[in-house]
Amino acid sequence: MQIDLSVRNITKKFKDFIAVKSVSFDVKDGQFFSILGPSGCGKTTLLRMIAGLTEPTEGVIEIRGKSMVGIPPNKRPVNLIFQQLALFPMMNVGENIAFGLFRRGEKKTIIKKKVETILERVELSGFENKKIDQLSGGQKQRVAIARCLVLEPAVLLLDEPLGALDLKLREQMKVELKKLQAKVGTTFVYITHDQSEALVMSDFVAVMNNGEFEQIDTPQNLYNNPKTPFVAQFVGDNNTWTGRIRQCDKYIAEIETDEGHLFRTKVEDAFQTGLSVDLFLRPEAMLIQPAPNIANLNRFKVIIKSILFDGANSQLLATRPDSKKELLVALPQNRQYDYIQVNDNIEIGWNEQSGICFPRKQLP
Amino acid sequence: MKKVCFYVLLISVFIFTAWGAATADELALLTWKGYAPKVLVEKFKKETGIDVKVTYTNNEEMIAKLRATRGAGFDLAQPSQDRISSVQAKYKIYQPIDLSKIKTDQVIASMLEAVKKNTMVGGKPHAVPFCWGTSGLVVNKKLAPDAKDYSDLLNAKYAGRVSYRLKRPTLIALAFAMGDDPFAKYSDAKAYEGLMEKVGADMIKAKGLVKNYWTNGDALLQSMRSNEVYVAMAWDGGGWKLFAENPDIDFVAPESGALGWIDTFALPAKAKNVDGAYKWINFMLRPENAAVFTNMEKYGTASNGAVKLLDADVKGNFERCFPQKDIDNVKWYPPVPAKLEGIEGKILDKVKAAK
Amino acid sequence: MKHQKRWALFFFLTPVILWLFLLIVLPHIDLLIMSFRIENDAGEMVWSLSNYAQFFEEPIYWRTFVRTAVYSILVTFLTFVIALPVALYITKVVAPRFQGFLTLLLLLPFWVSELVRVYGWMILLRESGVINHFLIKLGILNRPVEMLYNDATMILGLIYTSMLFMIVPLIAVLESLDNSLIEAAYDLGANMWTILFKIIIPHATPGIVSGSIVVFMLTLGNYLTPNLMGGKNSLWFTEQIYNQFIASFNWNQGSAFGFLLLVLSSIVVWLGLKLTRQTLRTVVK
Repeated sequence: MQIDLSVRNITKKFKDFIAVKSVSFDVKDGQFFSILGPSGCGKTTLLRMIAGLTEPTEGVIEIRGKSMVGIPPNKRPVNLIFQQLALFPMMNVGENIAFGLFRRGEKKTIIKKKVETILERVELSGFENKKIDQLSGGQKQRVAIARCLVLEPAVLLLDEPLGALDLKLREQMKVELKKLQAKVGTTFVYITHDQSEALVMSDFVAVMNNGEFEQIDTPQNLYNNPKTPFVAQFVGDNNTWTGRIRQCDKYIAEIETDEGHLFRTKVEDAFQTGLSVDLFLRPEAMLIQPAPNIANLNRFKVIIKSILFDGANSQLLATRPDSKKELLVALPQNRQYDYIQVNDNIEIGWNEQSGICFPRKQLP
Repeated sequence: MKKVCFYVLLISVFIFTAWGAATADELALLTWKGYAPKVLVEKFKKETGIDVKVTYTNNEEMIAKLRATRGAGFDLAQPSQDRISSVQAKYKIYQPIDLSKIKTDQVIASMLEAVKKNTMVGGKPHAVPFCWGTSGLVVNKKLAPDAKDYSDLLNAKYAGRVSYRLKRPTLIALAFAMGDDPFAKYSDAKAYEGLMEKVGADMIKAKGLVKNYWTNGDALLQSMRSNEVYVAMAWDGGGWKLFAENPDIDFVAPESGALGWIDTFALPAKAKNVDGAYKWINFMLRPENAAVFTNMEKYGTASNGAVKLLDADVKGNFERCFPQKDIDNVKWYPPVPAKLEGIEGKILDKVKAAK
Repeated sequence: MKHQKRWALFFFLTPVILWLFLLIVLPHIDLLIMSFRIENDAGEMVWSLSNYAQFFEEPIYWRTFVRTAVYSILVTFLTFVIALPVALYITKVVAPRFQGFLTLLLLLPFWVSELVRVYGWMILLRESGVINHFLIKLGILNRPVEMLYNDATMILGLIYTSMLFMIVPLIAVLESLDNSLIEAAYDLGANMWTILFKIIIPHATPGIVSGSIVVFMLTLGNYLTPNLMGGKNSLWFTEQIYNQFIASFNWNQGSAFGFLLLVLSSIVVWLGLKLTRQTLRTVVK
């Protein structure tokens, strides 16, 4: 498969602040690639460098094998969808979409045809003469996408385009965007701070923090096998403990947490006894009242403090009788656990393969 | 609310009375630049307690201002004597002057008599003389040694080095230089118009030679100082000011005659502080004060006895530039009849519009 | 309560209406009446259209009129051409903390009177002036040239005088232009000129029109600058009006000219609004 976008050791410095630190990655043709990170992590700067709106301090960006050094944004085969969409209010929908085509000097009749086709594709047929301020949020979204897609860019860059939408519409657009990408087959580079957007839509996700990539992986791997504590924490909900290795044999370690509890969990390396570690555990890894015959579980009793009902995302807030530390336990809504009440004393168990354990970073 | 209303009323009454009170001790003077020297204004305030508020202007604006208010807003004006009678007959912007309130022994008798005669409207005089002077040429004798008459203003020899005002004295001066007598044609509007058209045509022909039409006396003096202008038509006082700085530049009485003017004191029709106005007139014509003015501005004075108090170089100016034959040759402006200004205005517009 | 409210409205409105009526409407009515009256040969005032006829019969008047109109439009256009990059620089290029400072710099010359500013230019441009002095020192000229008293200097002076009235509305309107629109256009393949003509100018149209109206009116009605900087060749319609009032004592003719100027400026502004498809309401906002 062809590599559409290749970024090599790109760095951006603003005076004494380094926004992007030596980032490298490749995006293959037709991939939906997301960059996920908290606000201020440098992801917008990275995207703007790919678009050509910001000049990198160091490094090379190649698009379809061609270096983009010194090429201005109006000459690059990439297009950017802005966070605020940046539709031109002084033009109607048709003129907005035709804007780029006219700049290429294409024939009027061809432009008309292309605008019609792309509007059909984003399901806005006949909207040519509508004014921008007559459109709903979702329609504006689609016009912005159509305006870029009509130019058939090698890579389409999207800067949190769903950020301005309300929740319901955002959920809907996520699916639509994914479908649209699959349909047109254009390579997407999508940046967001919303992990759900990234996980749902992407083929690959890069998690970015403090100007660096922490991990590039498929959504599943990111969730199940985070490579750094930041990724583990940033992607998905977690229970966290800090503790020390009591003993470690090959891939299973026994950890004593700061509260004095003992857990067995898988580890990536053979850690030395006494090493300080962070332990992460997904809420859904905890089983409620596990059957006694299931092996390799860390089992313990908890008291239910409250039930956080949130439909499919419902959770229990619980503490162990001898500790104040609150634990989040996923509560599947399959009616099996309807009997659980606040202040109930129940057993919880988690498989030792579910734990994610990292050595603690020494504080400088 | 009633209270607010009351206060508004009270404040406005207070403001109006304060205003009225202030005007009693104030003299609003409409005059030319330099005619109310600061030292004299201060001295007058000390003597009489009256504050002189000076507004600078020229003949045309003076008439327009007073006409707009029908003679209100100022207590005393200083128009040239030839611009009073016809304006007064038409617009009634002045009131007769009471010569019994003027210390006439302070005024040169012949000049007083001439002004009295020229400003007589309805059998009453409307002005007394203050100062006099002439318009002629101011010449840089080193750079333009041969400039002797108004015709040199249109002389290609001085291309780009000539300056004059686009005002009626220039038209009249050039008419004299053509050998004609515009004053004699004052009474015959048709003939006057013909003459002026001829002058206008000459000015249009020579328009390329003129550096600019000056409007501000100080700016003209600056241009002469910096050798941008060699020959200008201007007042004698200005020329003598320059002579004091640089003896190369001097006033020249033109061969066809300097144009003599007398500036006066006249009372606007609705003057408020008439007593103050008379006080100022008598004050300014007192020999020692008139001498201060003449020493400063170099213009001749109508004050009897001030000549003795003049500086030697000011006396020297008159002796150097006005030997007897030139004095005899001065063309004194007769009163301007109505309608002539309209004729002249149109000619001047045409000159300005020409390429 | 309601009664009091109405009283307050009346209280605040009265001075405005009085001001408008006494200082603007009344004098104009007076001038309008005056413009239709002339003095007949017997010296009596009679009704007549001859003041207006005079304007059309005498070429110098209507030529000056046309010249004033054309030059005012030219000055307005040039002022816009110069002001736009300045406003763009202040709003889009320079760091926000310098914006206020730069705007202040622009305002600075307007703290002194127009007369002083014009004299400033005259000191620079005159034959014995600063610019000539330096050009000769540098050996570019071997003798001084007169830079004053021609149409180019006059236009320069008029542009300088009206610059601020164009820049301020432009800055206001460009500040509301989202930078991402410019970047989006750039990203979609537009070059600098396309961005200028397709994005920036259409967005800034209300500001451009309101700035242009002010500059046009100020230029049309300017007296001082054409007179002083244009010198012998300046020729501005206001000067003709002034001459009618002051030099020729013909107030009736002057009033007629004044009304013609008012009609002219109204027509040009109306045409400008029509051409740019703006309404006075959006422009004065």
